[in-house]
Amino acid sequence: MSWLKKIISLPRPQQRRQMPDGVWLKCPRCGEILFRQELERNLWVCSRCSKHLRLSPEQYVRILCDEGSFATLFGGIRSSDPLRFRDAREKYSDKVKRAQRGDPEREGVMTGRARIAGIPLALAVMDFSFMGGSMGSVVGERIAKLIQLALQERMALIIISCSGGARMHEGIYSLMQMAKTCAQLARFQAARLPFISVLTDPTTGGVSASFAMLGDVIVAEPGALIGFAGPRVIRETIGQELPSGFQRTEFLLEKGFIDQIVPRHQLREALALLLKHFSDSARCTRVSQSVPPREPRMHGQ
Amino acid sequence: MPGGWLEFELPLVQLEQRIRDLQTLAGKQGPDVADELRSLERKADRLRRKIFSKLTPWERVKLARHPRRPYTLDYIQHLFTDFFELHGDRAFGDDAALIAGLGRFEGRPVAVVGHQKGRNTKENLRRNFGMPHPEGYRKALRVMKLAEKFGNPMLSFIDTPGAYPGIGAEERGQSEAIARSIREMSALKVPILVFVTGEGGSGGALAIGVGDRVYVLEYSFYSVISPEGCASILWKTREKAAQAAEALKFTAPELLKLGVIDQVLPEPPGGAHRDGAAMARTIGETIRGALAELDELTPEQLVERRQDRFLSMGVFDGGTSGKEIE
Ligand SMILES: [Zn+2]
Repeated sequence: MSWLKKIISLPRPQQRRQMPDGVWLKCPRCGEILFRQELERNLWVCSRCSKHLRLSPEQYVRILCDEGSFATLFGGIRSSDPLRFRDAREKYSDKVKRAQRGDPEREGVMTGRARIAGIPLALAVMDFSFMGGSMGSVVGERIAKLIQLALQERMALIIISCSGGARMHEGIYSLMQMAKTCAQLARFQAARLPFISVLTDPTTGGVSASFAMLGDVIVAEPGALIGFAGPRVIRETIGQELPSGFQRTEFLLEKGFIDQIVPRHQLREALALLLKHFSDSARCTRVSQSVPPREPRMHGQ
Repeated sequence: MPGGWLEFELPLVQLEQRIRDLQTLAGKQGPDVADELRSLERKADRLRRKIFSKLTPWERVKLARHPRRPYTLDYIQHLFTDFFELHGDRAFGDDAALIAGLGRFEGRPVAVVGHQKGRNTKENLRRNFGMPHPEGYRKALRVMKLAEKFGNPMLSFIDTPGAYPGIGAEERGQSEAIARSIREMSALKVPILVFVTGEGGSGGALAIGVGDRVYVLEYSFYSVISPEGCASILWKTREKAAQAAEALKFTAPELLKLGVIDQVLPEPPGGAHRDGAAMARTIGETIRGALAELDELTPEQLVERRQDRFLSMGVFDGGTSGKEIE
């Protein structure tokens, strides 16, 4: 795993507040006290119980992409407050400002170009630290724009989902982002370009019920919560406790809704293999009448 | 809710009953009651205007969920001839919460899908209160593909609290079923007309809601989350549902203002439940007009415009257009 060493030696961008600062951390699942530096070397996977701790988009980029290959796009698309929404405690616009933490480009998803194993692709990584990775107009627009770019340049698409679902503060607009991203995906997939969907903890609601479940290949990190309704809602609806392991990655594999469970250490290799498979296929495929004859192949090396 | 009437409409309903009683009486007696009838009818008009001219979002929610409100099968009965229901998703089972079928609209073959609620407890258990499982959405998609194959326009009637949140639904892939339906509907090569006739409950509604035209009945609503669900998360109590209903801006006139629907269809005085036949006539006229317009488009134009329509949805600052891409 030579690429792993490369990642570790990369200069570290400022750490997101996913984890409290400090030298020692406690695993939220098994309670093991973990040495921060070691945890980082282990890609934020608990060395005792293999709990995959949540990562920021920047961390995924560091783990997955070729060094220096990622370039952010669509960061200029930013939140507004179409409904002038306010709840019991505060205005939506204030909530957004707080979630930005001084970076106005920060939103529920980070999008851009990247390369994995030399293959160019369009990459979106959702950011749970921004209002639970919820999908409002900005997330929908950035993802739709990214898919459009991938379609125009005939690149593969990878979306790493991490979201509680729709952002209710934007009302009906947030619901419509499901239709928006799916409509763009319909165009992309009709052009026979590959979409690899990566599900992480959690992927639920309006995100799982739209693009996340529509990958040509769907992989998921171990132990992630993946489902339509949240466990609390289901528990309240049916009035009984849920079986253990319900809506976890392993459950979804068993029920036939994901292709493979891929531990974080193997994610880059898995994505590289799939990207190579699809780019080589595109090169080999003879074009049928139904697809535009101009450029049959997706961009390879 | 005496007799299935809402509290705020009850005075009107009682007054109208008095008018009807008096009319029956007048059939037997002299002209004495004519004056009284006229004054009562004027009074009823005033009361109706008073109640319905300033409905709160929460009152509209109650109207949308009215136990007497016409459901999909009621509209089917009024609007289509030769209706033939199609059951089952061909993989797991049939879902009575979502019905599908073939029929004729003014002689023209069409396909229909729609949520179906029950009128009473027994029927609601069977219909699961109009909350579909994945097999319901897969049945709907199957019938949409059938419509596409034979070039039939699709008519979709939305009235659901949402897709069902349960163990079986998750086991059988509620997310996948909804996602697939949304994507496939966006690319379906026949005209699709969508009518939100009652509750437009989130993803469970949108799953059959990706249309060339989307109409919402005057007292219906269409929302990303139920007002109760929103209140329990953001106000920490379901008791604040009325406040959430205001904040979410999901009533028909607000949706029109936000630009996500094409038209608000006016309901008969007192709401669709007071005159289902009249409501169906309005829907019928709308179907006729819309199909005449959409018939002018090629299947490719239909799909492109439908996709463009949904691609344009959302409000944000900066970075519009494809500039950053160039
Ligand atoms: Zn652990």
